[in-house]
Amino acid sequence: MASSTEAPPRRNRTPRRPGDRIFAGVSTGSGVLILVALAGVAVFLVTEAWPALTAPAEDIPGGEGLVVYIWPLLFGTLISAVLALVIAVPLAVAIALFITYYAPRSIAKALGYIIDLLAAVPSIIFGLWGMNVLAPVTVDPASWLSEHVGWIPFFAGPASSTGRTMLVAIIVLAVMVLPIITAVVREAFTQTPQLHQEAALAIGATRWEMIRMAALPFGRSSIIGASMLGLGRALGETMAVAMVLSASAGVTFDLISSENPPTIAANIALQFPEATGVGMNTLIASGLVLFAITLAVNMIARAVINRRKDFDGAN
Amino acid sequence: MSTSLKTPEQDPDLNTPLGGVSLTAGQLPRSAAPTTLVAAGVAGLLLWLLADWAIVLCALLAAAAYVVIVYTWSRTVEGPRKATDRFVTALVSGAFLLALLPLISVIATVVTRGVARFDAEFFTYSMIGVTGEGGGIYHAMIGTLIITGLATLISVPVGMLTAIYLVEYGRGKLAKAITFFVDVMTGIPSIVAGLFAYALFVMVFGPGVRMGLAGAVALSVLMIPTVVRSTEEMLKLVPNELREASYALAVPKWRTILKVVLPTALAGIATGVTLAIARVIGETAPLLVTAGLTDGDNFDPFDGRMTTLSVFSYYEYQSPGLFAEASFDRAWGAALVLMIIVMVLNLVARAISKLFAPKSR
Amino acid sequence: MAKRIEVKDLDIYYDKFLAVQGVSMTIQPRSVTALIGPSGCGKSTFLRTLNRMHELVPNARVEGSVVMDDDDLYGPNVDPVNVRRQIGMVFQRANPFPTMSIYDNVAAGLKLNNKRLKKSDMDDLVERSLKSANLWEEVKDRLHKPGSGLSGGQQQRLCIARAIAVQPEVLLMDEPCSALDPISTQAIEDLMLELKTNYTIVIVTHNMQQAARVSDTTGFFNLQGVGKPGELVEIDETTKIFSTPAQKATEDYISGRFG
Ligand SMILES: Nc1ncnc2c1ncn2[C@@H]1O[C@H](COP(=O)(O)OP(=O)(O)OP(=O)(O)O)[C@@H](O)[C@H]1O
Ligand SMILES: [Mg+2]
Repeated sequence: MASSTEAPPRRNRTPRRPGDRIFAGVSTGSGVLILVALAGVAVFLVTEAWPALTAPAEDIPGGEGLVVYIWPLLFGTLISAVLALVIAVPLAVAIALFITYYAPRSIAKALGYIIDLLAAVPSIIFGLWGMNVLAPVTVDPASWLSEHVGWIPFFAGPASSTGRTMLVAIIVLAVMVLPIITAVVREAFTQTPQLHQEAALAIGATRWEMIRMAALPFGRSSIIGASMLGLGRALGETMAVAMVLSASAGVTFDLISSENPPTIAANIALQFPEATGVGMNTLIASGLVLFAITLAVNMIARAVINRRKDFDGAN
Repeated sequence: MSTSLKTPEQDPDLNTPLGGVSLTAGQLPRSAAPTTLVAAGVAGLLLWLLADWAIVLCALLAAAAYVVIVYTWSRTVEGPRKATDRFVTALVSGAFLLALLPLISVIATVVTRGVARFDAEFFTYSMIGVTGEGGGIYHAMIGTLIITGLATLISVPVGMLTAIYLVEYGRGKLAKAITFFVDVMTGIPSIVAGLFAYALFVMVFGPGVRMGLAGAVALSVLMIPTVVRSTEEMLKLVPNELREASYALAVPKWRTILKVVLPTALAGIATGVTLAIARVIGETAPLLVTAGLTDGDNFDPFDGRMTTLSVFSYYEYQSPGLFAEASFDRAWGAALVLMIIVMVLNLVARAISKLFAPKSR
Repeated sequence: MAKRIEVKDLDIYYDKFLAVQGVSMTIQPRSVTALIGPSGCGKSTFLRTLNRMHELVPNARVEGSVVMDDDDLYGPNVDPVNVRRQIGMVFQRANPFPTMSIYDNVAAGLKLNNKRLKKSDMDDLVERSLKSANLWEEVKDRLHKPGSGLSGGQQQRLCIARAIAVQPEVLLMDEPCSALDPISTQAIEDLMLELKTNYTIVIVTHNMQQAARVSDTTGFFNLQGVGKPGELVEIDETTKIFSTPAQKATEDYISGRFG
């Protein structure tokens, strides 16, 4: 199946060994399988969402049409994921730097493993933890924030008394994506060529200057790639948000009140079991929106990574 | 033909901007930073004990005080470059300590609440006929292992081969398309993957279908891009010199990939696969809609509902029923077991990657 | 401005392994000192202790003293960053920063210390450094292209330009020509002869002719025996070492009767 898809770019230079041909074919086949699977996802989403797209507004849950239904969900999804990333990316890069360049080398491996452990914690556990431990802890600081820095829209208040707020969801999401970003970035930092580190130090760079000259440029595309992974996970994280966030459908930048926009993924998980007919189609349409956002995010990230390929270190 | 850097007629400003630094110019004593740290720590402790402020606030204040003092001190004595270096050092170490907080809290919580049900019954019984206390997770444990194992069996070969295609063979439109769509797939929300698998199986088996295999397919959709990505990253880091050295010995390409490229990248790939498994083993949402929940044993992934630990834990917590405490205990117990399984898998993968890693690293 | 380096009874350890033992030598300013010797005898190790680059290896340490003019490099309050600022290094494999342009590579060290240097001054310094490294003519039209796009020999000269742009006192070179063709090698040897009017240069080389051509003083390192640490067998004027060495081992090595 593979040889036909492989054909166009390859000039017939030399007869290829059977081993080579089989191996190339199997590899190519796997790639094609991925395309087919993805096409399956897309086709399913579009066909199942179609009835909701064409249905009259009053049939959509809420009775005011698809846009009004999805907009708060979309808003909640974006604000939670983006703010989570704003917290997580700098922290993750800092942690990766700490482990690679600052921690004593004898324990660096162990420290890396500790952070990896965080990645291994399933989202259901973060859901339980966020709900039971983190949410109550935030109640007092949140009311302090609303009293003293309430002029910042994020902390307008009034503070929720349960703590199951957008702020907690964001923190939980940040904690969840942190190890994923750290792992990838750390791997890149450890691969920073010794040559370039030595070059920096030999012209009298301090450790931080060496990092800026050698490690960060080398790891830059990994940092972007890792952030992309993190964003993907934060956008689509379902259970932790569904459990932590006590959602009402308001669109607000206020992170600490009990009025919280839900997220698309959490909303699907919570509503799907009871959904029927157009309600089900509407949920799937919202899933389609989520899918489209992740697609856009990935395309932008890819464009950023490719922009300065000229200067890329690896090969 | 070359001009000397240090001929006298040149602008003196250009010739002496850097030279003449004494080797010991402006150095804080070695003990400066640790002493400041201890002082800031003690001050924070005093605030906590005497002024009775919140402990987190005291810790933050102490950390901030340390950073400010060391930075200003270093800046006046050592100059801005070293001050920045010290500042970054403090920042980066602080970030690490900060990240430990949730980890410790999560583990402590899950362990203290989870051990309540660590008894023989919990591991050897299912939930058949259990309404109040007691009951177990035997069925959920096996279900989790079966579904995740199947997903791994599907994803690892497909993912690795795709990555090999992309790095070693891929040219032209097809490779571009695959790279692009793997990126897209990376962002597929888990719930959407679940819906996809559900729909696929509905087409074959009719509406309302629930089976372990559907769960495994859903998890594979999530796992494959992670495996492709991490494998690809690692393969790209294998220096081209290695491949060329192998070709120069007339080793065919496929053997070069299998014997030279893959082993070099194996440790990294294993880490990536581990992360991928760690990600999917705790997935709840896609399994909610595909594999569902059942009280009894079902170890046949091709037939009927199959409970997994995460789904079990979720339902025990969300709908506790009459004996809430017993349900909560089971939820935390299942969560703890899930976490332990994840850690053990992690250790195993690490051990394997260590065994196969090239000796030189 | 070039400075003299005095090394006294230097022992170098990698953890518990004693790699180099009892080195004492004086490195004269404004001259080229070549270090030769069989592989694994500790030439690179020794060279790297002259600007404390060995400290990148965990648990590497030295005993003894290295004094530059009047400053002990290993004094209690000496910052290795200052040491490396004054004692530059060029490595066996050219290592321009791949993410930086040619211009930025040369300016990298300058920017560390002179944040507020005027653009024109910076241009000037970059140009002079590149000229000193005999690279200016070849790259002046593509200063803002990546440095990794140059040939191996050009890259190595770029690294030399980068090292001399910060105007160090001493330049250490570890087999700077081992990856280069004869023409590039020639260019770098010429460069060393020019640079030595301003710098103290120490070069490690496996190429005996090169040592004879460029150096004023030559030191011969050897292993004391299998599994034993390396040592400095003798150091003397290059002409003397290559004509009438004091030690039999040196003569054997130079005439190829080694091992
Ligand atoms: N990072 C290191 N850790 C431990 N031992 C090392 C390290 N680097 C070098 N050695 C050991 O120190 C000794 C001297 O090595 P060094 O690299 O200085 O030799 P060399 O004379 O430069 O050899 P060559 O001419 O091949 O470059 C060798 O026995 C080597 O194995
Ligand atoms: Mg060497």
